[in-house]
Amino acid sequence: MIAVPANRIDVLKTYKLFIGGAFPRSESGRVYSIKDSKGNHLANPSLASRKDLRDAVVAARGAFAGWSAATAYNRGQILYRMAELLEGRSAQLVAELMALEGSTKKLATDQVKESVDLLVWYAGWSDKISTIAGSTNPVSGPYYNFSTPEPIGVVAIFADAKPSLLNFVGAVAGVCVSGNTAVVIAAEPFPLPAITFAEIMATSDLPAGVINVLTGSSSELAPWTASHMDIDAIDASGLTPKQLKEAQIAGAANLKRIRVHTDAKTPERILNYMETKTVWHPIGI
Amino acid sequence: MNPFEYSPALESTAIVEIAERYNLFIDGKFVTPKSGKYFPTINPANEKVLAKIADANATDVDLAVGAARAAYSKVWSKMPAAERGKYLFRIARILQERAREFAVLETLDNGKPIRESRDTDIPLAAAHFFYHAGWADKLQYAGVGIQPRPYGVVGQIIPWNFPMLMLAWKVAPALATGNTVVLKPAETTSLTALLFAEVCQQAELPNGVVNIVTGAGVTGADIVNHPGIDKIAFTGSTEVGKLIATSIAGTKKSATLELGGKAANIIFEDAAIDEAVEGIVNGIFFNQGHVCCAGSRLLIQENIHDEVIEKLKVRMAHIRLGNPLDKNTDIGAINSAAQLAKIRELVTAGGAEGAEQWSAPCEIPGEGFWFAPTIFTGVSQTHRIAREEIFGPVLSVLTFRTPQEAVEKANNTPYGLSAGVWSEKGSKILWTASRLRAGVIWANTFNKFDPASPFGGYKESGWGREGGRHGLTAYLKASN
Amino acid sequence: MIIDASEGSLKSFLKTLPQVDEVGVHARAAMLGTRSIKTTSKAWAIDMAISMMDLTTLEGADTPGKVRAICAKAVRPDATDLSIPSVGAVCVYNDMVGVARRTLDQIGGSSIPVAAVATAFPSGRASYAVKAQDTMDAINAGAAEIDMVIDRGAFLSGRYGEVFAEIVKIKELCGDKAHLKVILETGELVTLDNVRKASYLAMLAGADFIKTSTGKVVPAASAPVVYVMLEAVRDYYSMTQTRIGVKPAGGIRTTKDAIKQLVLVNEVAGPEWLSPRLFRIGASALLNDLLLQRMKMRDGYYASPAYVTLD
Repeated sequence: MIAVPANRIDVLKTYKLFIGGAFPRSESGRVYSIKDSKGNHLANPSLASRKDLRDAVVAARGAFAGWSAATAYNRGQILYRMAELLEGRSAQLVAELMALEGSTKKLATDQVKESVDLLVWYAGWSDKISTIAGSTNPVSGPYYNFSTPEPIGVVAIFADAKPSLLNFVGAVAGVCVSGNTAVVIAAEPFPLPAITFAEIMATSDLPAGVINVLTGSSSELAPWTASHMDIDAIDASGLTPKQLKEAQIAGAANLKRIRVHTDAKTPERILNYMETKTVWHPIGI
Repeated sequence: MNPFEYSPALESTAIVEIAERYNLFIDGKFVTPKSGKYFPTINPANEKVLAKIADANATDVDLAVGAARAAYSKVWSKMPAAERGKYLFRIARILQERAREFAVLETLDNGKPIRESRDTDIPLAAAHFFYHAGWADKLQYAGVGIQPRPYGVVGQIIPWNFPMLMLAWKVAPALATGNTVVLKPAETTSLTALLFAEVCQQAELPNGVVNIVTGAGVTGADIVNHPGIDKIAFTGSTEVGKLIATSIAGTKKSATLELGGKAANIIFEDAAIDEAVEGIVNGIFFNQGHVCCAGSRLLIQENIHDEVIEKLKVRMAHIRLGNPLDKNTDIGAINSAAQLAKIRELVTAGGAEGAEQWSAPCEIPGEGFWFAPTIFTGVSQTHRIAREEIFGPVLSVLTFRTPQEAVEKANNTPYGLSAGVWSEKGSKILWTASRLRAGVIWANTFNKFDPASPFGGYKESGWGREGGRHGLTAYLKASN
Repeated sequence: MIIDASEGSLKSFLKTLPQVDEVGVHARAAMLGTRSIKTTSKAWAIDMAISMMDLTTLEGADTPGKVRAICAKAVRPDATDLSIPSVGAVCVYNDMVGVARRTLDQIGGSSIPVAAVATAFPSGRASYAVKAQDTMDAINAGAAEIDMVIDRGAFLSGRYGEVFAEIVKIKELCGDKAHLKVILETGELVTLDNVRKASYLAMLAGADFIKTSTGKVVPAASAPVVYVMLEAVRDYYSMTQTRIGVKPAGGIRTTKDAIKQLVLVNEVAGPEWLSPRLFRIGASALLNDLLLQRMKMRDGYYASPAYVTLD
């Protein structure tokens, strides 16, 4: 016989950062308050600092060699595994989205379902994107010449706001399916699904450091991100036009590829974070 | 004393007529610059003035952009794609017909050997137009949606190392995709671009589709900052590339940038050594080393270092430096006094940092700008000559012990334009090629170019590709 | 490095040779083919090419009359211009060596050696006894140079020891009476890797010259093949301080072809090889084209083939 006291107190979740496969608090010790759509306090996620960003980039860079060298089949399976786990956690995310975004249960449920399907869609691209975007090139001479897209390296993602789970999942999946590693700065007002999703990543065979999640202030972290010389590209979809311009100026220091997306579901989200490599080799005996 | 000293074999310059003064090419006509100013362009092989070139100011640029805009909206964007393609075919054919004239003019203005302008620059330039001409009516198959659109007016700024070839790399895809162009050649090498303006006239290209404004960096900045420009295509230094990236921040302008490099050329112990030596020579001494993708960092497996260097020195002793118009010249003149000074500065730094310098024994002509083919051995990654782009005939030689170390050293640079790898072991070639962080990998060859082959860099070597389907898409917007 | 005549040591040595990248060699040889040789250097090259020629007749229809005719041409390529050098050698089948030697001696060409093709030329498909006899016949008749063919069948099936041993034995027969040129017949070896290996095999076995072809198989003396052989003699010199000669033969018909060969010699092996002692060109029709070009340079206008002799 299970007996639960009528006045039982809920055990609330502490929303922490996700760096290198671990869930640390911000080194700064700071948090900020997230309110639900009615203005009631929901949680105190970490207010990540530039040093947390630095640590996340180190983790992402460290994971790049392994993740980019993993077989496309393997990466696809891991993304698919994340979709499976997301499906299993639907109820939790639906509740979170309803509270956070103020959406109806129907809308929140649809968003979660769409996010699952989007992950599956990107998972399937892992071993097809090179076929679509690569080529053999008929050069005029005795050379075999082929072009193939390769992951660009470490990508910082400023996830767009609502629908927060879908935007987060689309951005992360597009960037990482090709072998990039990412530091995601969750949408400032809607960070909770990202952290909950990090719990999925942590249990889905995704190597530590491939995707790192920070919560906090975009305006505080954007300049540090844009000027960070070990970040290769930025998905700036979540930045304001003014932040974007500042990021482009600072990002010029190492010629970061800075992109903005409107669609969640497009191969551009993959290809914009890839570089074309062309290899020549003589044909002879 | 070699009894078989080749007698001078000078290409005749009778085929080119150089005017005293060149105006701007705007809206299909040569017009005097509103600036009223002209600057001299010299032959770097003898420092004599070849002609005076118009110095375009902001008003001139504005006129050129206006002409390009009008041509775009009234003519070029409305023309059936197949017809647009035919103009490019015409240009390709005229370039082939007038190839020798272009080659001689290029050599006079740039200082590169006639053999290279004749056998590489100009034929490849024509090939680029021919290749892109065929794309014009097939853009829906280029992989950017079924109705890809041009950007509109493209501002193109090109360097002095391959003046005509870089023009072709820029203008051909821009026109094929339906854009119109305002192009600025480098201030030391404007002449072939101005001759190209004549080709546009001969091809009866509609007025304003191609506009050529000459001038220095200020003119380039005027183009970049002009609000009527929809896209920038730039080839040049990483330093200027970053300035352009900064300038267009917050605007709707997009950019392709082909910038600097410090390519590693990796020689494994199982390489075809003799051809590798040829590849080393071609990698760094082609075009006086004025090549962004030059194999300027030679990484030799330590156990074959001495053998390779010995063979390299023997080979370098055969390099013929001298009059660029001589058909047997392998290394011509350094393009400008400023560039020569930069090369000298870095070479001095190389010696000061403890690397050992060896230069091929060749006679340096009395006038003009020259630098003997030079190698530095005993270079380490910390040396300036291993990190900075010298853009001259100077090779830094480093060693490695294992394939892993070779790749680590090769990638240990903010650049990522090109790299070379030499081994007769197929799996090692692919292993290395897949790990090198560079846009073009030459395996058992070096410095090969083709219009069908995408070219462009990783990291600080630039944005985007030129050539092939990938390069074409840089001039197209998706239909949504 | 210990190389003896054993199959094993030869195999392991040949394995140490770097491979050849065919495309790279073709590109470099083609580039050297663009060298533009004018005026003084062209005049020098024409005379050098004449003095390097192994003026050759190797036909089933060869007769004493035919051989006497080429001997006359060998000594004085153009009787109207005595400033023209004699050729490097006269090259014939072994049964014609006697008539060639006697003719040359009679007409003032005693310094011109007679070269004989030997060892069951051109196929090399005969017993060693036959090949030895073939060689001895030529030497006894006065041949000062023996152009032997290697056993390509043995080479291609990897029996390097046999190829090597045969060259060593023929070299012994030559003794101090005749120089040995070893014909690789590169058209049958096909790959440049094989050309390099066969070049070393011949040099190690004692060849004085390595020669591309019999002239009976196409392709013959292509620029890439000559290029690889010139690299081989260059590198063999730096290993052993011994200079081995190179003889392209077959398909060299025009002055332009010949000058391209000299450019290859100059820029691959080095100017030390620019001598009939170390470079020969096996040809027949080439001589008349060299003479025509020489006339053009001398006179300043284009010459007519009617003014060069057909022999």
